Amino acid sequence: MNRRNNNLAAEGIDYTVIWLYGILVSIGVLCIFMVEYKAGSNWLSTFLGGKANYSKQLIFGGVCALVATFILLTDSKIFTAFANLSYLLGILLMLATFVLGKNINGSKSWIPLVGGFNLQPAELCKIFTSLAIAKFISRQQVDFSNVKSQLIAGVIALTPAALSILQHELGLALVYLSLLIAMFREGLPAQFLIIGSCFGILALATLIVERDALSITLTILAGLIIFLAYRQVRKKQRLITITAILSIWILCVGVQRYVVPYIFNNVLECYQSTRIYSMVGKDYDCSLNQKSNEKVTGKAARKPDDYNVRQSKIAIGSGGFFGRGFLKGTQTRGKYVPEQDTDFIFTSLGEAFGFVGCAIFLGLYLYFLFRIVRIAERQRSTFSRVYAYCVASILFFHIAVNVSMTIGLFPIVGITLPLISYGGSSLLTFTVLIFIMLRLDADRQMVLR
Amino acid sequence: MSAFNQNRSRIVQLIFIGAFVLITLQLINLQVFSTKYKMAADNNAFYRKVIYPDRGIIFDRKKRAILENTISYDLVVIPAESKGTDTLALCALLNIDTATYKKRMRDLIFKNGAVKPSVFEPLLTTENFARLNENMYRFPGYSLSERSVRSYPYDCGAAVLGYTAEVDTGFLRRHKDEGYEMGDYFGTTGLENSYEKILMGQRGIKRFIRDNKGRIQGPWEKGEFDTAAIAGKNLYSSIDVELQKLGEKLMENKVGSIVAIDPKTGGILCMVSAPTYNPNYLTGNQRKKHLVDMMYFDPRKPLLNRTVSTTYSPGSTFKTLVGIIGMAEGVIDDQMTVSCGGSYLGCGRRMGCHAAGTFTLKPAISKSCNSYFAVAFRRILDNANVNNRDITLGLFNEYAYSFGLGRKLGVDLPSERMGNIPTSKYYQKIFGKNWQACNIISNSIGQGEITTTLTQLANVMAIIANKGWYYLPHLIDSVEGGDDYEMLARFKVKHRTKNIAESIFEEVHDGMQGTMEFGTGAYAKVPGINVCGKTGTVENAYRGESLKDHAFFGAFAPRENPRIAIAVMCENAGYGATSAAPIASLLIEKYLRDSIAGPERKAKIEQLSNMNLIPPQMKRLMKPDTTRKVNIKKVIAKN
Repeated sequence: MNRRNNNLAAEGIDYTVIWLYGILVSIGVLCIFMVEYKAGSNWLSTFLGGKANYSKQLIFGGVCALVATFILLTDSKIFTAFANLSYLLGILLMLATFVLGKNINGSKSWIPLVGGFNLQPAELCKIFTSLAIAKFISRQQVDFSNVKSQLIAGVIALTPAALSILQHELGLALVYLSLLIAMFREGLPAQFLIIGSCFGILALATLIVERDALSITLTILAGLIIFLAYRQVRKKQRLITITAILSIWILCVGVQRYVVPYIFNNVLECYQSTRIYSMVGKDYDCSLNQKSNEKVTGKAARKPDDYNVRQSKIAIGSGGFFGRGFLKGTQTRGKYVPEQDTDFIFTSLGEAFGFVGCAIFLGLYLYFLFRIVRIAERQRSTFSRVYAYCVASILFFHIAVNVSMTIGLFPIVGITLPLISYGGSSLLTFTVLIFIMLRLDADRQMVLR
Repeated sequence: MSAFNQNRSRIVQLIFIGAFVLITLQLINLQVFSTKYKMAADNNAFYRKVIYPDRGIIFDRKKRAILENTISYDLVVIPAESKGTDTLALCALLNIDTATYKKRMRDLIFKNGAVKPSVFEPLLTTENFARLNENMYRFPGYSLSERSVRSYPYDCGAAVLGYTAEVDTGFLRRHKDEGYEMGDYFGTTGLENSYEKILMGQRGIKRFIRDNKGRIQGPWEKGEFDTAAIAGKNLYSSIDVELQKLGEKLMENKVGSIVAIDPKTGGILCMVSAPTYNPNYLTGNQRKKHLVDMMYFDPRKPLLNRTVSTTYSPGSTFKTLVGIIGMAEGVIDDQMTVSCGGSYLGCGRRMGCHAAGTFTLKPAISKSCNSYFAVAFRRILDNANVNNRDITLGLFNEYAYSFGLGRKLGVDLPSERMGNIPTSKYYQKIFGKNWQACNIISNSIGQGEITTTLTQLANVMAIIANKGWYYLPHLIDSVEGGDDYEMLARFKVKHRTKNIAESIFEEVHDGMQGTMEFGTGAYAKVPGINVCGKTGTVENAYRGESLKDHAFFGAFAPRENPRIAIAVMCENAGYGATSAAPIASLLIEKYLRDSIAGPERKAKIEQLSNMNLIPPQMKRLMKPDTTRKVNIKKVIAKN
């Protein structure tokens, strides 16, 4: 402790991460520049004018650098100390949006600030939740192998998620699920992930395979397993085994026949169901959707289209192996991909630099994630380790989902590409997330509670 | 504190890698193996603008442009920018009502989108253009865009010059690899069609980048891959436009055709198919309406080129050929005489005749004696040296073929017909193996199964004038800058008839000159010029109803040094000497003297022009307004 006080704050900081951070933010500004660029216009003057998005992003970058420096100069104890308080503040802010919220792009999750800036509490809440979970798990009295503490951690993670769903920000809500990965590292039973992925596969199968055919397949599968297991298992256990298999079978068929359609028709909004269906190349009949029926009674359901994904795939696909070259992307110049500077920023990269560029870019990200995992594993303090895992999980989820949705592997949800997408909120959130981690890492010799 | 789940860190890393591998696989699929996205992207982003070259100009033999280009204007609108337009004023200027305006606007937006320019009114008339041009400031979002259209400065030669039309799907299928695309124009008929390759020039292509709403963003790669348009080459025709105009004037109110050839070169001097129409009708914005009117509602079929696409029995004009063949085969000579009492009875069936008396070849031609040529034809077929009619008819046909009959001549116009010179096979089918000369005696006077196009007949006159040789009749003499496609080479080849002594032609010339001096063609005399001619009067019937005879006249002049060979025919005009012959004489005079001399001859033009010889079966079907429509030509000429 004494040594730490006497030394420069810069000691122990992981410069690899800072370099990666810098490179990614620069790539982001370049990508936004590609999207905004118009042939023939004087980009230097628009750049200096500060009106264009890329210059704004650069200004955000400057602000973030200041914030990052500030974080690096603070004492890491402050993060453990204020973890729960900040979480509470985050939840309060999210609740406040229901009162003060401003409608941007159909979701009422923004709080207007002075100077035309808007704050999205759900974004900031990622930091607070990560801190809170880290704080909770690192408490000495908590044994994460017991179910009660697992449940409490789950509630901490899912409260902001629930609030986000209420704000119609499905994407942000899903991000909180990624904290399960961090919890998994801390001892959350693997069954959660396995059951989760089984449910995912079953839901996907429900979408792709016809309803009755899937039921029959499941039934045949269950019968086959019973037939094979019958002789393998001792007589006494036969009844239990068969009951277990049958109940799993009932559960699966139930999920497939009733739960998944129920989710699509009653839980999700029409546009969300449509996006998910369009991912597997099917049309969703919006007249089945309870919510849309409430809103537009009597009005014919508009035929949904997959314009975004199609254009996004076209843009990325047209890049080919080596890409069309910097500023030569026709789809980017023609503004064919909607939201190309935010959620679909990856398309400009894919078109300009092709498969080679994408692979290098993704390699950079993967290296970044691995670096964070490595940082996490070298922590002495549970708090720092859990927090670093939270950061890795959130980043991973953002990257994987964002890129997947641009290439048609995942339904479209409003999730940004970390450090690349245009937007102050997003950039700031990730900056704070990463630099708190760096600060904690610099003090890895300390045991923080 | 929980147990150290160190190994789980590996699992987390595996999850990360798994997701990234999945993403990479999909990227490989999209970017490396799939080509459809690249194509979709090009379809999205490239706008290929075709730069149309000017089509080539066609000049007449005195280098006067008879088919050229002019600039017409389209009214173009960008619907999204047209707010604030004085709709009422625009409607008033264009003479449409607001309902039409709204409907057009809706259609345009539906077809082409609201932010792209679309043609609101194509091919404005000059008055409309002038009026709009002054008022454009009142119509934001509208602009006038120029384009090149064909124009026919002399209002004549519709059938010869032809017209252009937009390509249709059928045409595109047939001309797959020639680079045409929707919206292009191509020559549909006439010279426009025959010389399409030369006239069309080479289109240029500019590539632009467009955005998601179809707005042009600028040239692609600074126009590096653009190609420039190369204008079509000009053509020099053998047509004499004044002669053509006079011919068309003389053929007003008639159905028929005229072909005049320069026997020395085979160049066609004028080619009239009546009724004709003002070719400029098929260039303006009323094009479709006019085309449909003429195609479906005019019983006289003005779009039919009667000079090459219709065949007729040539009638007595064919007798010259029968005489020549008889002499060449030695079955008749200049001493042979035939007496005729007004009809030929040699075959048991009476064959009427216009003249009575005793004839040798020369007067037989002059007076057009049927009996003489019936005898001559029988002698050719019943040649004792051969004693086989199949062979003698074959021989006769060989002569006919060498005169350009019974085959497509190869005139540089589309849809030429070949006519018919019947063979012995044909007659064996009808009359059996032992068919007789009497079975086909009508052929001797150019009726029966023999048919020719009028161009073939004019060519026969040219051959007689040349005494046994000809060049293929053609309209185009040369291409400016060279004949790259070798399209004119065949017109430079001299063709000869079967070997026929010059004296025989002299004999026939004598007879044909006699026609003009004391024979059937006396009406057609041209003062001071030795014209050789032959009339023809052909019986015909339409749907079983016997109609007035078709009138034919074939001639060449001057006899000493033939410069023009001409064939004229008027459908259902009756006796050939009163209509076809004087028309030919006026044209000959016009061509040889460059003008018609004397008030009497000039009055003759008006008289002939006003003579109405529209066949009654067509007159009955003609709606009163279509008559008027075709005569609009006059109205326009007056204006």
